[in-house]
Amino acid sequence: MLEGLLIGLQTAFSIQNLLMVIAGCLIGTFIGMLPGLGPMSIIAIMIPVAISMGDPSAALILLAGVYYGAIFGGSTSSILLNAPGVAGTVASSFDGYPMARQGKAGKALTIAAIASFAGGTLGAVLLMVFAPALSSVALLFHSAEYFALMVVGLSAIAAFAGSGQVAKAVIMTVLGLIMATVGEGALFNLPRFTMGIMDLQSGFGFITLAMAMFALPEALFLVLKPKDLKGDDGEIKDLRITKEEAKAIAPVVGRQSVQGFFIGVLPGAGATIASFLGYAVERNIAPKEEQEEFGKGSIKGLAAPETANNAACTGSFVPLLTLGIPGSGTTAILLGALIALNVTPGPRLMLDEPQIFWAVIMSMFIGNLVLLILNLPLIPYIAKVLSVPRNYLIPFILFFTLMGAYIGQNNATELLILVGFGVCATALKFADYPLAPLLIGFILGGMMEDNFARSMQLYDGIGFIWERPMTLGLLVIAALLVLLPSYRARRARARAAGIADGD
Amino acid sequence: MALDRWIALVLLGVCLTYGYAAWFTMDGSLPPFMQRNPIWPSTFPKVLSILGIITTTIILLGFEKSEIKEADIDYRRLGDYHLDQALMLLALMVIYALCLRPVGFLISTSAFLILGSFILGERKWHIMLPVAFIATGAVWYLVQEVLGIYMRPLPGIFGG
Repeated sequence: MLEGLLIGLQTAFSIQNLLMVIAGCLIGTFIGMLPGLGPMSIIAIMIPVAISMGDPSAALILLAGVYYGAIFGGSTSSILLNAPGVAGTVASSFDGYPMARQGKAGKALTIAAIASFAGGTLGAVLLMVFAPALSSVALLFHSAEYFALMVVGLSAIAAFAGSGQVAKAVIMTVLGLIMATVGEGALFNLPRFTMGIMDLQSGFGFITLAMAMFALPEALFLVLKPKDLKGDDGEIKDLRITKEEAKAIAPVVGRQSVQGFFIGVLPGAGATIASFLGYAVERNIAPKEEQEEFGKGSIKGLAAPETANNAACTGSFVPLLTLGIPGSGTTAILLGALIALNVTPGPRLMLDEPQIFWAVIMSMFIGNLVLLILNLPLIPYIAKVLSVPRNYLIPFILFFTLMGAYIGQNNATELLILVGFGVCATALKFADYPLAPLLIGFILGGMMEDNFARSMQLYDGIGFIWERPMTLGLLVIAALLVLLPSYRARRARARAAGIADGD
Repeated sequence: MALDRWIALVLLGVCLTYGYAAWFTMDGSLPPFMQRNPIWPSTFPKVLSILGIITTTIILLGFEKSEIKEADIDYRRLGDYHLDQALMLLALMVIYALCLRPVGFLISTSAFLILGSFILGERKWHIMLPVAFIATGAVWYLVQEVLGIYMRPLPGIFGG
């Protein structure tokens, strides 16, 4: 391994590759900040540039830098505008945006930067150590387990989305899953539930839905009830985090780096599930009084998803580099780029072309460091977005929302769908329905159905649930996650009504 | 009946319609070779429709009591807020969506940004106009030239 490390250092520390990392991180951060352009689209846009360089190490280093930058940039817009451009940063807006509204935007961005750095760096260490071993673990997971894992993820999200509101969260999740079935599925080449509308043939756009669920209602709320966006005087104060805060988030960062990394290794899971699960886990294990803080600007609630999504991004390189199987859309695009450069990722990559494997790992360390160095001093300027007067800010938020949906699909109908769903989402928000579960259900719906269908076909029926103990165990956990909170709420009410507990 | 239960009623309707489509309309057109599959395109939707109907009924019948929280905006007094501005902005977005292609990106976007801040009560034209034009130009340049995504800049009659 030491030898590999040295090869990696040698490759990564050439002037050209260092410049590549810096350029990639910068491009990623700035484009990632625009809501609507996620890492997938940015990497797709950068591929022609990367391929024309001809050197696979440099290309992969550039693209990995873009990937990290985009994830960090996406959390910036989640925190400042509540407009997550990337599914993986949706969870960051739960606590990041309330912090920004309390005038702690600078601190929120600092925590995000540090948590991302720690998550990415620890993830890279884990990647180095576990890459060979983990590939065999990932192989143990069959489609039945993926299906069960997604059910667990969705139940966890429904369970944490609101206290005593589990039914509402569940119906939003189901609604998201229902929306995911619109359009043509991968397994059956039949259009479903399109109502004969051509534009629905390919289903609803993820970005359109994300914008409609988060950015648009938020902007409408700002219009309806003008409130002071900035702190007392618009100054971004206390960038620094105090020693106590650092102490509070350190264990969160440690746990979430490991958890996020391992979730990222599982193909199909990736940064999104990692960030939501990280948020849910940290919320559940936090002490009672801190649990109240979650959703209202808890630093732990911000650090958890930020760490987890960066660690998962690193983790998602494991199946790509060791098995040649892309675990997420983004790594799938990276795989395409590698094949175009005449490199075949897979178990032999480490033997045949170790310099590529190790250079990528080294560039992960450098990339994370560059991001931290670039972003910490830039934070006051980034956070200045909030001091733009409301009369200008709102039209621009609306415009970027529309643009995000338009660029992705190049289809003006998408904009009408966006406005329609935005109005529905605002009504749901009035009635206190949680919106995040809908989006997550939508994102996971397609994958979930594919895995469900695959295991149904493999086992010729529903038998896979009891024939595979791991699947059954995961599904039991999922059921407990949904039922336990409502049981607890019921008991708490009963106790409040004066009924004694049984022994 | 509170708004959340009205919404549950609407969602129940959605789930029933969806369930009807899944249970009764989809299987007829299934090709014979697919009918021997353990899973049909309608299997997953069928499960979802049942789940949806159960959950909406739970909300509708109020099995799960929720504490009434202090909402950010009280929807019962919607008139107290700037409802007119919100509705006008929504209308503006629809118009923008319809105009983007025929009128072209540059004109419709500048108009959108200017009218947007006008609706919100901004009257400083000497700031509004330059901000809108510069922003439109910059975004167009970024998207078209740097990212290479085609957007028609001018109305179709100018050959844009």
